Amino acid sequence: MQGRDKDMDTAPIRSIREIPPEENVLSGTPACAGCGGLLTLRHCLKALGEKIVIVNAASCFTLLSIYPFTPFKNSWLYTAMACAPAGAQGVRDALDILIKKGKLDPEENLKVVVLTGDGSAYDMGLSSTSGALYRNLDFYYICYDNEAYGNTGFQQSGATPFGSRTATSPPGGVRPAGTQLQKKDLFEIWNSHNPPYLATISPAYPVDLMNKFRKAEQYKGPKLFISHSSCPPGWGFDPSQSVSLAKLSVETGIWPLKESVHGKVEHTFVPKKFKPVEDYLKEQERFAHLFKPVRQEDILKSIQGMVDEYWRKYKLLP
Amino acid sequence: MGKEMLTGNGAAAWGVRLAEVDYIPAYPITPQTEIIETIAKWISDGAMDASFVTMDSEHSMVTAAGAASATGVRTFTATSSQGLLYGFEMIYTVAGWRVPLVMVNVSRGLSSPITLGPDHNDILAIRDSGFLQIHCETCQEVFDSILMAYKLAEDERVLLPVIVNMDGFYLSFTREPVEIPDVETVRSFLPEYQPEHAFFKPAQPMAQGVAVLGGEFYSYFKYQMHLASKNALEVYKEVCGDFEQKFGRKYRAIEEYMLEDAEYVLVMTNSFSTLGKAAVKRAREKGLKAGLLRLRVLRPFPDPDIKNALKGKRAVAVIDQNISVGKGGIIYSEMAGCLYNEINRPLLLSFIGGLGGKNISPEEFEFIFDKMTTAEDTGIVETPHLLYTENEWKEMAGLKEIAGKG
Repeated sequence: MQGRDKDMDTAPIRSIREIPPEENVLSGTPACAGCGGLLTLRHCLKALGEKIVIVNAASCFTLLSIYPFTPFKNSWLYTAMACAPAGAQGVRDALDILIKKGKLDPEENLKVVVLTGDGSAYDMGLSSTSGALYRNLDFYYICYDNEAYGNTGFQQSGATPFGSRTATSPPGGVRPAGTQLQKKDLFEIWNSHNPPYLATISPAYPVDLMNKFRKAEQYKGPKLFISHSSCPPGWGFDPSQSVSLAKLSVETGIWPLKESVHGKVEHTFVPKKFKPVEDYLKEQERFAHLFKPVRQEDILKSIQGMVDEYWRKYKLLP
Repeated sequence: MGKEMLTGNGAAAWGVRLAEVDYIPAYPITPQTEIIETIAKWISDGAMDASFVTMDSEHSMVTAAGAASATGVRTFTATSSQGLLYGFEMIYTVAGWRVPLVMVNVSRGLSSPITLGPDHNDILAIRDSGFLQIHCETCQEVFDSILMAYKLAEDERVLLPVIVNMDGFYLSFTREPVEIPDVETVRSFLPEYQPEHAFFKPAQPMAQGVAVLGGEFYSYFKYQMHLASKNALEVYKEVCGDFEQKFGRKYRAIEEYMLEDAEYVLVMTNSFSTLGKAAVKRAREKGLKAGLLRLRVLRPFPDPDIKNALKGKRAVAVIDQNISVGKGGIIYSEMAGCLYNEINRPLLLSFIGGLGGKNISPEEFEFIFDKMTTAEDTGIVETPHLLYTENEWKEMAGLKEIAGKG
């Protein structure tokens, strides 16, 4: 049973009280206050346990392990920006070789977990990810998507949403929208490779997150997770609002919580009544130019329209 | 097993097979591909017990190779030219991981213009990365160097990756007799890899490749790499001693050809050294005390051996099969740096030749010897000579005419 921990419970949980109390990301990291990505990671590692090796690409979280400190109970390998999935390939293959040759007890097997931001996942690392998916590599991929190159000061990435401000897509007289391009649909890009398990997650929905990891556990091959990770300095909001903002992104329908098992997509949470996207946008500095000095009605309508269109496609909105 | 007629690529594959490598992440590129094709066939036939995976790029390939090496298995990979440059970022990175990976580079000129013939701008581009570099003249040397490379890389005093270089086409596709030892003898020289420093185990979690903030800490790790590379000069001598004992072939960091009483010395690397040796013989027949020094180990740079070998020589001509555009020969600069503080240093001349596999003709070698004696008479050393024959010029003029640039 490749990769299956005896100590990892795979039954679904129903409440936040059932989340394991053990912390595998210890305190004292240099991450920003209210980092939605770090909260995601904390939950993910509760689900994955200690017997893992994280293969990291250049991103905010590269700065979690700075010599001689690490907040993790598990192993870690920093690679470079474009190639964490290729690093995961080398580690996974090497562990399999060691087990096959009797040099590593199968009980001592490790799960291989890629951890990257959206810059690597959506842009530079797309080729190496595609390669790993094509080869059906048995690994986990956690992308904490804060919708820009956050570690370098919040520049536009392939994950940056239309109408938002970044340091390289500032709104101005000629380009009042700020970012003019649409966010790539990484879920569909990855899904087109037909991985056994793929899900979106949110730090505001830990029970949903935990159950997705528990479900993914049964599959051999790529198990992929994209987390919409609220980013106080980049998005421009008070760190205390990180979880509520992540929640709003789901409640407004901007960030659909869903999973795909062998290509079949199901939504794991559908709001009974969708809140207007404005509720989410107006809480963030990166969208402030859509409201003042003048309200940019066409852009706001266009964003709401894209969200509605998404849910209509799945017949979850009339 | 005795002697086999093998190409340079075939010899490399045999080295990997007999080193009992566990893991080969690969990516094809001319003129290296025969190495990975040979290995893939052996694995498919069951002749070799290893894992082989075709990656999505050389960048991914070097990453996977370094990561597997960091997990504790014996790993090999190979590339060439554009591929080496595509993986360049990870060449520096995995050297910093201090993993005993062994690679082969089959030299080929760099784009642009895109080409196929060999020169050494590719391999020399990574000279500062931390990889040790062994450059080969013959197919036998390619085979031998792979076994030696693992022993060197896995030595606790070194723990740096090694790259073995051969010229594309001239060596990669040329068959020569190669002595293939039996696996037991190889095992007695190169035992199974037992990782002591780089591995991943749940009982002993480890953070590898971590960030370092602060120049003083960064410098420490870079200096460690430099000192380990310097250690490798001594370790290499021990490895050569062991190798000679087991296999009967003797290697040094440099090869001295008719050098002892020579007054005029060519400095060369790789397969074109064979042309240089023939030129030395011809010059000797004409009464010129010529010799040749071939650099086999380029990293670590064997300063002591070179200083010693060139003591009291009248003139030395470095033939660089590379060009640092705007400066000249890369190895010339390294030789000048090596010899500058020597009291009896020879005149040092610079020639660029063999770019993209361009031949170096007997006439060009005569020109080189001529320039050495003239420099000695006049005391004047001219700027780098770019070797190009009259015939080559005429051929080029013909092409230009066709291109409408005549």
